[in-house]
Amino acid sequence: MTTSLTNVPDTQGRFGEFGGAYVPETLVAALAQLDSAYQTAMADPEFDREFNRLLTEYVGRPTPLHIANRLTKHAANKSASGKAATIWLKREDLAHTGAHKINNTLGQALLTQRMGKQRVIAETGAGQHGVATATACAHLGLSCEVYMGSEDVRRQRLNVVRMELLGAKVNRVDSGSRTLKDATNEAMRDWMGSVETTHYILGSVVGPSPFPRIVRDFQSCIGREAREQFLAATGKLPDTIVACVGGGSNAAGMFYPFIDDVSVKLVGVEAGGSGPALGQHAAPLCEGSPGVLHGSRSYVLQDSDGQTADVHSCSAGLDYPGVGPEHSYWKDTGRAQYTSVTDAEALDAFSITARCEGIIPALESAHALAHAIALAGEMNENEHLVVNLSGRGDKDVDEAARLLAE
Amino acid sequence: MNRIDQIFESAKTDGRKLLMPFVCGGRPSLDALPPMLVGLEQSGASIVEIGFPFSDPIADGPVIAAAMHQALLDGVTPTGLFEAIAKARSQLDLGIIAMVSMSIVGRMGLERFIADAKAAGIDGLIVPDSPQEESDDLAAAAREAGLTLTLLVAPTTTGERLERIVRACTGFVYLMARMGITGESSCPPEVQSRVEQIRAISDLPIACGFGISTPEHIASVTSSADAAIVGSALVRRVENAINNGEDATAEAIRFTEELAGGLSASC
Repeated sequence: MTTSLTNVPDTQGRFGEFGGAYVPETLVAALAQLDSAYQTAMADPEFDREFNRLLTEYVGRPTPLHIANRLTKHAANKSASGKAATIWLKREDLAHTGAHKINNTLGQALLTQRMGKQRVIAETGAGQHGVATATACAHLGLSCEVYMGSEDVRRQRLNVVRMELLGAKVNRVDSGSRTLKDATNEAMRDWMGSVETTHYILGSVVGPSPFPRIVRDFQSCIGREAREQFLAATGKLPDTIVACVGGGSNAAGMFYPFIDDVSVKLVGVEAGGSGPALGQHAAPLCEGSPGVLHGSRSYVLQDSDGQTADVHSCSAGLDYPGVGPEHSYWKDTGRAQYTSVTDAEALDAFSITARCEGIIPALESAHALAHAIALAGEMNENEHLVVNLSGRGDKDVDEAARLLAE
Repeated sequence: MNRIDQIFESAKTDGRKLLMPFVCGGRPSLDALPPMLVGLEQSGASIVEIGFPFSDPIADGPVIAAAMHQALLDGVTPTGLFEAIAKARSQLDLGIIAMVSMSIVGRMGLERFIADAKAAGIDGLIVPDSPQEESDDLAAAAREAGLTLTLLVAPTTTGERLERIVRACTGFVYLMARMGITGESSCPPEVQSRVEQIRAISDLPIACGFGISTPEHIASVTSSADAAIVGSALVRRVENAINNGEDATAEAIRFTEELAGGLSASC
């Protein structure tokens, strides 16, 4: 690789042919304002200090990185060679609210204050981003409304209770498929009429420019810490990094600080669901093709007329028909590889990680763990593989119990 | 000369203002589209915007979004719409604008979408989720095919950006009467100062939409703008008629006639 892949996006929000800002005119001024507030904040050491203070004192960063001994042994036992690479876990499940989502919501809540806005809106699928947004807003004294599909409200009732406890208003969305993409539509519609007083805290590295870049940057603390921690522990860099990809924010935050370390193999794991047919999975990078959804050009799952396809995953956080444009860029440049694991494989890894390590992972993170266990068994014994354990699985125990009983 | 340009030019010569209804393509059915277009023309519409149903229409309010959702459930496709429009074209003088998401245009391929639209007898395009910065290819392909491409001007669009947008438009400029998504309003929007701003930089006709729901609103906006666009108020009546088992086409025609009454009031 002769040029750095980290020097993206360009001024139009493009990551190669991906990204951009395909939004109604009403939102253009708001996105420009956000971009300008972000540039100013980045140039201001006070912003960095305040953000880092919150990450340290309030979120509990840095999160640990440690070897998963018994998971490594399990991988070796499953392997044809009887050997496996050492598996390490980056413990984002230990961040406040139980997932990496809080890194981004605090950063954007600070930007909201800088823009002089008092009201925040957000979309949520499983409810993790909604809870993280409600948390950041409660902590910083902002009013918060979260859009959530009525199907997800039913599936993730506990997170609705959490958001309401945190003082947020949860708006149920009954349009379309009543899931994450429809909640995103409603949040964008709200924002079009409320941009002057309201900031939209988008939860992943998706959407129109400048969101993919802002979310990636706020999540990059994950990869920066992991890199330093691994270097301090071993004196070298890991051989492979594995992270799950829905919209792709935990993976982008983990991968980005390693992009120029070309010896480090980066692997994103999508939701393979129940099968490879359109509608059975949520794997746009593996099974989709480039198109426009929710304001940016990226790999998407659409039918031949450009209508958004139905998606399925046992993990509500991965159940999304699009993916961040930078992942599409990394896929097409070959810098990262993308694969998928099925619901059944993820569920298996969910149970194994609980029993081997005493960690109940989120079903999202269980996708990364499933692939990591298989991949470690194909690697050399003296190699090292880091998994981003993006969230804890307490939210998933009802769903997992139901699926494991089937 | 493109039909849209001709329509505005002859209206200007005669001192007339124009009514531009928006219909959701495929509601109540594709078969109903040709007779509906003929009826709309007879009841006072000069240009009709046909919305191509899309699964995620973020710029549209609940009324149009629900109509689009239902059309998709009924199996309405861009190809089906092109065929229905082609059937109607020879019976019509009115201008036809396709209002379509970039997701649909991008999936079909820009060249093919524009070629098929032109072959069907469509005169111009509005791609509401493609702002000026993303519209260079679209504008070039539309110009090549002789179709107009209209971009939207929002209440927040100002200064140098307003000029860039207006310069990139062909056919007419779409002035949003208010912020937010498509939908009805109770009070008539105030657009005169915005119209004057655009007139100062362009000779293109100005059509005003968003929140325009009654003949009184039409009278108000067309006292300065050249045309009024009515979407949700009409779509709601069509959907109500469908739900009540009534003749939706007849209802669309009746309401368009009522709206057209607002035009004469402004003259």
